[in-house]
This record gives sequence, C-alpha cells and structure tokens, in this order.
Amino acid sequence: MKLLSRIYTVLMFVFLYAPIVVLIVFSFNESKSRSMFTGFTLKWYAELFRDDVILNALANTAIVAVISALLATVIGTAAAVGIHAMNNKLKNVMMTINNIPMVNPEIVTGVSLSLLFVFGIQLLQKLGVDASLNMVTLVIAHVTFNIPYVLLSVYPKLRQMNPHSYEAALDLGCTPLQAVYKVILPEIMPGVITGCIMAFTLSLDDFVISYFTSGPTSQTLPLVIYAMTKKRISPKINALSALLFATVLILLLIVNIRQMRDSSKNEPKKERSFAS
Amino acid sequence: MKKRAALPYIVWMLVFTIVPMIMVVYFAFTTKEGAFTLENLIQVKEYAGTFWESIELGAVSTLICLLFGYPMAAIMARSKAHVQRTLVLLCMMPMWMNFLLRTYAWMTILENNGLFNSFLQLIGLPKLQMINTSGAIVLGMVYNFLPFMIIPIYTVMVKLDTRLVEAAQDLGCNWLGVFRRVILPLSVPGIISGITMVFVPAASTFIISKLLGGGTMLIGDIIELQITGGANNLNLGAAMSLVLMIIVLITMMVMNVFGDRESEVALV
Repeated sequence: MKLLSRIYTVLMFVFLYAPIVVLIVFSFNESKSRSMFTGFTLKWYAELFRDDVILNALANTAIVAVISALLATVIGTAAAVGIHAMNNKLKNVMMTINNIPMVNPEIVTGVSLSLLFVFGIQLLQKLGVDASLNMVTLVIAHVTFNIPYVLLSVYPKLRQMNPHSYEAALDLGCTPLQAVYKVILPEIMPGVITGCIMAFTLSLDDFVISYFTSGPTSQTLPLVIYAMTKKRISPKINALSALLFATVLILLLIVNIRQMRDSSKNEPKKERSFAS
Repeated sequence: MKKRAALPYIVWMLVFTIVPMIMVVYFAFTTKEGAFTLENLIQVKEYAGTFWESIELGAVSTLICLLFGYPMAAIMARSKAHVQRTLVLLCMMPMWMNFLLRTYAWMTILENNGLFNSFLQLIGLPKLQMINTSGAIVLGMVYNFLPFMIIPIYTVMVKLDTRLVEAAQDLGCNWLGVFRRVILPLSVPGIISGITMVFVPAASTFIISKLLGGGTMLIGDIIELQITGGANNLNLGAAMSLVLMIIVLITMMVMNVFGDRESEVALV
C-alpha cells in the first residue's frame, strides 16, 4: 500500500513536471529542432535579452502587476474593514458581489470589461476625446480581478481579531483613523501582505482578461508569449520559460524558508502557508 | 463610521463588475445600431454543437481530474506534516508557470515529429497521431487544471477527523466500507469545489483547444472570434457570453444542491 502510493505520487509528478523539464532542456539546444538535442548552447538566452518586444513586455507586465496589486490591496483592505462593520444582510450582499469575478469564467469577465471599455471609448470619441485600449484599461481590469482575492485574504483576519481592542483604542483617546492604523492594521497585516502577493502573481500571470482589455501599446508578457506560439516558434520561448520557472522557484523557496523560520521561532502560533 | 471605508470598493465593483455585466446583457439584446433584438440569441443556437462539445470535453476532463486527483489528494493528506508541505508546493508549482507555456510544452511533446513519437520510433512502434485530436485537448485541460482538483480535496481530507475512521473500523467496517461510508461522504465538499474549479475554466477555455486541437473551436474560441477576432460582432459575442454565464450558473447551482444534500446525509 505504502509502495503503491509512492509509485502513484512519483508518476503524478512526472506527469506534472515532464513538460516543464522538456521546455527547460530544449532551451539549451543548439538547433531549432524540438525533438532532437544536438548540442549545448546559451545563445537563445542571449537572443532573449536582445529582443526589444520581450523586454518591453516584461516592463509592461511589471508595471501593471505592481500598480494593480497596490491599488487592489488598498481598496480591498479598506473594503474588508468596512464590510466587517456592516450588518449581516449588507455583508451577504457585498460577499455575493465579491464572488462574481471569482466564479465567472475568465473569458466572460474579459468580454464584459471589453464591452464596457468599447462603450466608454465610443462615448469619449463622440465628445471629441481620443481614447483607446491602453495601460489604463489594462490596470483597471487587473485591479478588478485582484480586489476579490485581497478582500478574501484580509477579511478572515478581521474576524479573528478581538473586536474590543478597537474600542479600547478609542477609549484611550485614539481618533477612529488612528485606531485603524495603530490597532487594526498591524493585526491584519499578514492577510494584507498575502493578499498583495496573491494579487501581484495573479496579475503577472493573467492572459485571458488582459487579452480582451489591452491595446497595442500595453502588451504584457503572456500576450507576447501567445503571439509567439502563433508564429513560427523560436527556442527563445523555451529560454523565457526556463527563466520564469527559475524565478518562481526562487520566490517560492524564499517565501517558504521565511515561513518555516517564523513558525520555528514562535512555535505555538500557526501561520497559514501562502502556497496552500 | 468604519463602514465608509468600503465606499471605494463599492464604487469600483459597481462600475467595473456590475455595469459590465449589464453591458453584456445590453449588447446581447441589441443590434449594432442599438435597437432591441432577439436575433443574437437566436443566432447562438447555430453554435449549439460547439457549446455541447465544450461542455462534453470540459466534463470528460473534470472526470479524469477527479479520478486521478482524488487518490493523490488522499495520499497527500495521509503523509507526514513536512512531507505534506512539500507535496502541496510541488502540486502548485506548475500552476505558477504561465499556462500558455505549459500548453506549448505539450505541443512539443505531442507533435507528429515530437518527443513522444520519436520515443515510439526508437522502440520500434509506429507513430501516433496525437496533436490536433480531441484527446490532446482533454490532456491539455487535465494537465492545466489538475491541481485545482487536488488542492480542494486535499484541504478537506486533511481536516478529516481520523477518529471517525477508527470508529468505523472498530465497528467492523472493512477498508472499502470505511472509504465508502466515511471518507468519501466527508470529502464531498472538496470534490464539489474541485469539480467547479476544473469544469468552469475547462469548458470556457479558448487557447488550449487552439494550440492542441488544431482547428477545433470551443465556446471560448468562438466568443474570442466575435470580440477581438475577425468576425467583429460584439453583439453576438455578448449573447454567447451570456449563454455561457447561464450554463456556468446552472452547473454551480446543481453542484451546490448536490453538495448540500450530500453533506446532510454525511451528518445523519
């Protein structure tokens, strides 16, 4: 039984990782062949860093991810505090609305935002203002799908909090704003950070919604990858995958080592892993 | 007082979530000139075959994910704590890589002159046509969404009270009985969320079919064609999105009803 589950686990991970290993191995392939390994080279990596389209897309991706993650974190955290203070009926309404972008198929969210932007752009053009799909529409779209995840990671922290500590702060002479900053915010910080990281990674990786809401000036990395898979395929894409995978691996290792150190430092306090 | 903090959120969600949904309905029921019409929705009927194929492929992928993901989740839930952590991480890691790249990797493997066929030739077997088949699409969906099945089931199973299993064993249940009467009913909530988390993106995907299925068009692809592709018929695209949304909604309602009933049974 034990052996059987070991074999099963190994097979499962072979299935999950085989394509990634293939991509990485062939990023070092001398020729363009995708089935024969003809020799080791790093030239695809060199070419990758000379490709302006890719570098430009990388910059766009980073900008959109940072701005949308920060905006979503601010709006989502404030929302969690506000919703926490509402009565149950209002709370339910808010949570239902919050679920819409999460349960809707991504393509429907993308199409609906695209329709809104098209409508808005037509309206602006009638008023004589030049408008098109650009970085602004892309950031708006990303903030929209990020907010629900921030809210859902902050809200549970508020519920775990002792409700009287806020009141105590007020009694001790804090203004409501001070009480939020000095008492509530430190308490919910782990949730805020988790939400922010989640928003950042979701934004980095998003393809479907970006596809419908970005213009020619705001191409992100996933969009460029998509364009690359449509044309004749260059092994540059393999080199790119390998680098992205290495980045993710390192980030995850850092996050996990940090968590392990934290949990060994204060043993009784159980921190929820970000990855799970 | 504190309630006001939610104001930016309410405005944002209203303008960028609720209004776009209304836009979908508005565009679905109007002509290009803005007059009311049912034509778009009637036209969607012509694509019934595509819708059906998407649902079918999505359902098959979901079933395969469940069959292979459930044992994996069970194995993970029964491992030691530090092993569990690593396994969860290993399960999630492929998902952190862009799904286009993952799908593209499968193209490399499944191609007619790809790795798998080279391997077959090496051991003296005839080549197989794998890419551009519906099997390849299902494989792509299973590969991309399998973690979405494993993780929710694992999350439920890891919280499962082992004393219940022991009690069932003490009361004379054999291995199969314990599974059928205790473990399976208690893991239903995980299965339900796993099914929705796999089925919704699988049935509405619009790239996997393109890359792995050759010319196969699924719902996602025909919607894309209307909105950003060559067809440029926003109204028809909106009508299709509306129908897709309704299908997903019905699926989720059915799953919820099923889930509620199952968990009641489990409590009794």
